[in-house]
Amino acid sequence: MKSSKSKSLKEKLSLIVLILLFNFILLFSIAIAQEELIVPKDTIPPASPTNVGAFDTPNDRGRSITITWEKSKDDGTGANDVKGYEILRATEADGEYELIGSSASGAQKFTDNNVTDGKEYFYKINVTDGINYSLSFPSLPAMSKAQWFNLSRLNIFVFVVVLSFAILYFINRAKAGKKLYIRKIAGLEAVDDAVGRATEMGRKIFYIPGISDMDNMQTIAGVTILGRVAKVAAEYEARLEVPVSRSMVMVTCREVMKGAYTDAGRPDAFNEDLVYYLTDDQFGYAAAVDGLFVREKPAAIFLQGQFYAESLILAETGNSVGAIQIAGTAAPAQIPFFIAACDYTLIGEELFAASAYLSKDPKLLGSLKGQDVGKFIFLAAIVIGAILLSLGVYDISPLFSAG
Amino acid sequence: MRREVPLTITAIVGFTLIIAYFVPHAPFSDVRDLFSDWFMVIAAFAIYLGILNLLKINVDKVYKKRPGWGFSIVTILGFFLFVYIGIREGRDFGEFGTRYYWLYDRIYYPLMAAMFAILAFFIASASYRAFRARNLEATILLLAAFFVMLGRVPIGYYLTTWLPEGWRMGNIADWIMDFPQTAGQRAVMIGIALGIVSTSLRVILGIERAFLGGE
Amino acid sequence: MGFFEKLLKIDRRVIFIFIAIAIALPLFFEVTMHIDITPVVRGVYDTVEALPSGSKVLISFDYDPGSMPELQPMAESVLRHCFSKDLKLVIMGLWPQGPLQANWALEIILNEPDIKEKNLKYGIDYVNLGYIAGGEVVIQRLGSDIHAAFPADYYGTPIDEIPLMKGVQNFSNIDFVYNLSAGYPGTTEWVQFAVDRFHAKLGAGNTAVQAPLMYPYINTGQLVGLLGGMKGAAEYEILAKRPARAVRYMFGQGVSHAVVIFFVIVGNIAYFATRKKRKES
Repeated sequence: MKSSKSKSLKEKLSLIVLILLFNFILLFSIAIAQEELIVPKDTIPPASPTNVGAFDTPNDRGRSITITWEKSKDDGTGANDVKGYEILRATEADGEYELIGSSASGAQKFTDNNVTDGKEYFYKINVTDGINYSLSFPSLPAMSKAQWFNLSRLNIFVFVVVLSFAILYFINRAKAGKKLYIRKIAGLEAVDDAVGRATEMGRKIFYIPGISDMDNMQTIAGVTILGRVAKVAAEYEARLEVPVSRSMVMVTCREVMKGAYTDAGRPDAFNEDLVYYLTDDQFGYAAAVDGLFVREKPAAIFLQGQFYAESLILAETGNSVGAIQIAGTAAPAQIPFFIAACDYTLIGEELFAASAYLSKDPKLLGSLKGQDVGKFIFLAAIVIGAILLSLGVYDISPLFSAG
Repeated sequence: MRREVPLTITAIVGFTLIIAYFVPHAPFSDVRDLFSDWFMVIAAFAIYLGILNLLKINVDKVYKKRPGWGFSIVTILGFFLFVYIGIREGRDFGEFGTRYYWLYDRIYYPLMAAMFAILAFFIASASYRAFRARNLEATILLLAAFFVMLGRVPIGYYLTTWLPEGWRMGNIADWIMDFPQTAGQRAVMIGIALGIVSTSLRVILGIERAFLGGE
Repeated sequence: MGFFEKLLKIDRRVIFIFIAIAIALPLFFEVTMHIDITPVVRGVYDTVEALPSGSKVLISFDYDPGSMPELQPMAESVLRHCFSKDLKLVIMGLWPQGPLQANWALEIILNEPDIKEKNLKYGIDYVNLGYIAGGEVVIQRLGSDIHAAFPADYYGTPIDEIPLMKGVQNFSNIDFVYNLSAGYPGTTEWVQFAVDRFHAKLGAGNTAVQAPLMYPYINTGQLVGLLGGMKGAAEYEILAKRPARAVRYMFGQGVSHAVVIFFVIVGNIAYFATRKKRKES
C-alpha cells in the first residue's frame, strides 16, 4: 500500500512538474511567436501622385477623356512599394468621387471611355501600396467632344487623295483612247494551253480561288481570273470544277461561271454543282482538295488567290499527279512554294493586274498606270529618306507615321 | 437591277468606311460600328450557307451513288456526330473532359496535325527539286536556304562554334532574315498594298465588276 | 540511265521515308542542345517581363489543332509567364477552335504547382471571351468597344458582370496584346487594326512558315517581337528558365533540317554530274 502511495505522490509531483514545464514552454513559445509576429506594420502611405491632368482624347469620336499624372515618388524610387493606381471620377470638384478603373504601378495615363460629351468631369488618382492609400489633388475639369478630322492621319489622307486622283486620271486618259503598255504575264498567256491540254486529255480542270473570303482583294482577283478560265473552258468544252472553302465565294463563283458560260454561248453546259463548298477549315480543305487531285488526276490546276500554309500541300500534290499548274498569290510567304511546285506563278501585283491584262479594258489598264504613280511616290520617299538620314536629318520620319 | 443594287451597296459602304477612317465625328464612326456589327452577323450566317451546301452536295452524291459516295457518308456522319455531341454538352462543350473534348482531342486534332505535318515532307521534296544551282540567282537562293535552315537549328551552332561570336551560322541566318529577306518582303508588300488600293477603288467605284458575273 | 540521272528523278517517297525517320527517331532520345536566343524572341519576353503585376494582357488564340505542335508550346510558356507575373489575362479567339485551344493550355498551366498555389480565379485573374466570326472587323470593333464585340464570355456570362472586364473598354485599357497565329485572321490583321489604328502594343507567335512575313513589322516597331515556329517556342522556354516540349523537339527538327540539306546537296551533285550529258544531248 505504502509503496503505492509514495508512487502516486511521485507521479503527482512529476505531473505537476510536467504541467509547469509545458506551461513554461507554451508561454515562452508564445512570447517568441509574438516577437516574430510583431512585424513593423507599414503605416506610411506612398507619396501621392501629382500634376493630375485630364483632357479630351484627341482625334477621336468623343466620349473619351485621357487622364495623366506624375507617378508617386515611391513608384520605382523612394520606398518603391507602389502596387497600383486607382482612378476616381466626379462631376463636381468637391463632389463624390467614384472608382472607375485601375492601372498597374508605373502607369502615368488612363483613358476613361465611359463619359458623356459636353459634361464636365474631375479626376483624382489614388495610389496604394496594398495597405495604405494616398489621394492626389483633383484635376481641372475636362470635357470630351468629337473631332471632325483625325489630324494624325493627315499624311495618309494626302496620299490617298493623290493616288486616287492619279488612278482616276489615267483611267480617263485610257478611256480617251491613249494606248497603254502592259508587260507580258506568262502565267496568263498559258491559260489557253492549259485548258486545251485538259480537253485533249479528257481530264478535269480544278480552279482553287484561295482560302479567304470575298472581303479579301486577292479572292476578288482570283474570282476575276476564274471568269476568263471558265470562258475558255466553256469554249473548249473542258470540265471545270471549283471546290471552295467559303460559302460567299461559292455563291460568287457560281455567278461568275454562269456569266462566263453564257458569254461563251454555252449556258446549257453550266451546272451549279460545278462550284461546291467543302469546309472553312484550312487543313480540312487541303485534305479534301488533295483527295480530289489524287482521285481525279486533273490535267490542269489553277491556284489563284490568298493562300496560307496549305499552298505547298496543294501544289506539291498537283505536281505529283502531273497536272499543269498555274498559281498566283500576293501572300509573300507562299510565293516561293508556288514557284517551286508550279509551272507558272503570278507574283504579288501580277495577280491584281490580271483582270486588266485579260480584258484589256482601258479603264482597268489606266488604273494600273495610276498605281505606278503611287510606286513612284514610295520610291522617291525611300531614296530621299535614305539620303537625309545618312546626312543626319532625323526630323522627317514623323511625317510618315500614322495615327 | 441585279447588278445596280450590289454596286450601290458597295459604293455606300466603301465610301462611308473611308470617310470614317479620317472623320471620327458622328455619324461616321457610329455608322462604321453599325456596318461592322452587320458584317459580323453576315459572316456568322455565311457559315450556315456553307453547311447547307455541303450537306446538299454530299446527300446528292450518296443518293445518286456517284463515284466516291462512301466518303460522302463519312462526311455526313462526321458532321452530325460533332453537332449532336456539341449540342448535348450545352454551353460548356469546350471544357476539359467533356465528350466533345474527347472527339476534338482524339479525332479532330490528330487529323489536322497530320495534314499540317505533310508540309514537312512536301517541303523536303519540293526543295530537292527547286534548290539547284542552275544560274546565279538560283545559287544565291540555294545559299540563303542553306544558311537559314542550318542557322535555325542547334546543328548550325555546333558546326560553327569555332568561329568568333557574330559570324556563326545563327548570326548569318539572323542577318539574312533581318535584311535581304525583310527588304524583299517590304518591296512585295508595297506593291501589293498599291494593288489593293487600286482594286478597292475600282470595286467601290463600280469599274471592276467582273466578280459580279458576266462581262 | 546512269546513277546520277536516276538520283535526279528519285521518287519523292524515298525522300519522305528519310524525313519520317529523321523526325520520328529523335523523339525517343532526350538530347539537350544549345539553342541561340534571337533578338525577336527576346523582344516578346522582355516586354512581358517589364509589365507590372496587375497589367491587363489580351491573348488571341487564332489557330486550330493543325498548327498545335508549333503554337501550343508558345501558348503554354506565355500563359505561364503571365500568370507567374500576376498579369490579368483576357483570352479570345478569331478562329472557332481558338478558345478550345486556350482551355487546353489553361488546364495544363493552372495545374502546375507554382501557378496552382496562387489560387487564380476565373473572372478576376483571367477570362475566356470565346470566338466571334468576322476577322479583322472584330479587331476594329474591339478598338471602339470590347463590350459590344463580346456581350458575353465563352460560358454566356454577360461581360459587364465580370470583375476583370470592369473599365476595360477598348485597346487603351489593355497593356499588351499577344497573338498566336497560323494564318488568317492573324498577326497581319492585328498589326493593321490593333496597332496601326488603336496603338496597341503587340507581340506575336507564328508558325514557322508564316514568320518571315512578320519581319518588316518588327523592324518598324509595329511588333515588339515574334516567336517563329518551334525554335521561337524553344527560345522562350529557355528565356523563362522553364525548358519544356519545344526544347525537347528541337533535336528532331535539327536532324530533319540536316536531312533536307543533305538531299539538296545530293541533288546539286547529281545536277552537275549530269550537266555535261544534258548539254551534249
